[in-house]
Amino acid sequence: MAKYVELTSENFNDTVAKGVTMVDFWAPWCGPCRMIAPVVEELAEEFEGRATIAKVNTDEEQELAVKYGIRSIPAILFFKDGEIVDQMVGAASKDAFASKLNAQL
Amino acid sequence: MLDCAIIGGGPAGLTAGLYTTRGGLKNVVMFEMGMPGGQITQSSEIENYPGFYQHGKTGMDFMDTWQEQCFAFGLKHEMKKVDRVEKHGDYFNVFLENGDSIETKTVIVGTGSTPKRTGIKGEEEFWGKGVSTCATCDGFFYKNRPVAVLGGGDTALEEAHYLSNICSEVYLIHRRDEFRASPSTVDRVKKTKNIKFVTSTIIEEIEGDIMGVTSIRIKDIKSNKISTLMVDGIFIFVGHNVNNSVLKDKSGNFICDVNSLGQVIVDLNMKTSIQGLFAVGDMRIEAPKQVVSAAGDGAVAALQVISYIQELS
Repeated sequence: MAKYVELTSENFNDTVAKGVTMVDFWAPWCGPCRMIAPVVEELAEEFEGRATIAKVNTDEEQELAVKYGIRSIPAILFFKDGEIVDQMVGAASKDAFASKLNAQL
Repeated sequence: MLDCAIIGGGPAGLTAGLYTTRGGLKNVVMFEMGMPGGQITQSSEIENYPGFYQHGKTGMDFMDTWQEQCFAFGLKHEMKKVDRVEKHGDYFNVFLENGDSIETKTVIVGTGSTPKRTGIKGEEEFWGKGVSTCATCDGFFYKNRPVAVLGGGDTALEEAHYLSNICSEVYLIHRRDEFRASPSTVDRVKKTKNIKFVTSTIIEEIEGDIMGVTSIRIKDIKSNKISTLMVDGIFIFVGHNVNNSVLKDKSGNFICDVNSLGQVIVDLNMKTSIQGLFAVGDMRIEAPKQVVSAAGDGAVAALQVISYIQELS
């Protein structure tokens, strides 16, 4: 079963460098982040081999949050070969995230 | 065919799920696009739900305790977004975002409400870049920074108080001199040193740069004086819009009666103007917008669903 990748400042750049990556910036105290948590897990399974699904815990990775100008969570950034190509703020449905991913594939 | 489709997974929907399944219905599905819990999971504190009196516990802690219980009697959860509901004869069709549709004997809608946007210049541009409607989510990003809070109700004052523990200053901006919030909340906020009251004032524009909000332009409506407040964030709590779109047909007309605010008209049994369709929680008329009453609505509707289905067969 595919799982999402837990990103830190150590592995962030390498992970997003190639292909399509969806990064969910979240925190444990955030209600809407908790709401989409199972959605992100399902996306990791459904997009296995096609796109990387990743999460950044902004509580632990504050430097990454600052670097990407995160001021509201959940913030979902879509990368293609290392470049930000799309982003969303706030909870949304699985279909909404999937269509953003498919648009980059 | 489902016995009951529950749309929305807040306190009302979860309770409806608990009561319908515990009451013997076998085919009950709750449609909620992610983990259930609802808006209350964004609340920084719960102190008015009887039986749960633990200081420092958040809305999320509180809703965690609901999950196991509400699913214990066979309630199923579909992580799908519902587009709309249609009635055909005695039954309903629930249309999903992905185009699928599901038949059901009854529907309980509890889709709640969404924080209102103000339409202030700059709000849209800086949404998620300094403009927020969730202090518990985003307050952390303003540690030791000045922020503004807009609004005069309980939520605005409670969240201003929450932010005062994180931010350097909290400017509480309200267009009136008086607050709708409960007296105990107003008192507590007035005693908080780093909350500055900016009353009889409206926001003219939210300003910023590529990184996000840097200031707001405000106007004193008594003197008409305009000034600039340097803040990194603005939290907006000016009420809610009802999430009633699932009750609109293809041409945009409501399938049941709603009032001028879009709130669903129900009777004391949570019955709408359509037989077999019930509305619960924040979306109904006269909703007190409290977890305890939303849960009550869910139970009432569920019991009605059970007897409706008995009559139907």
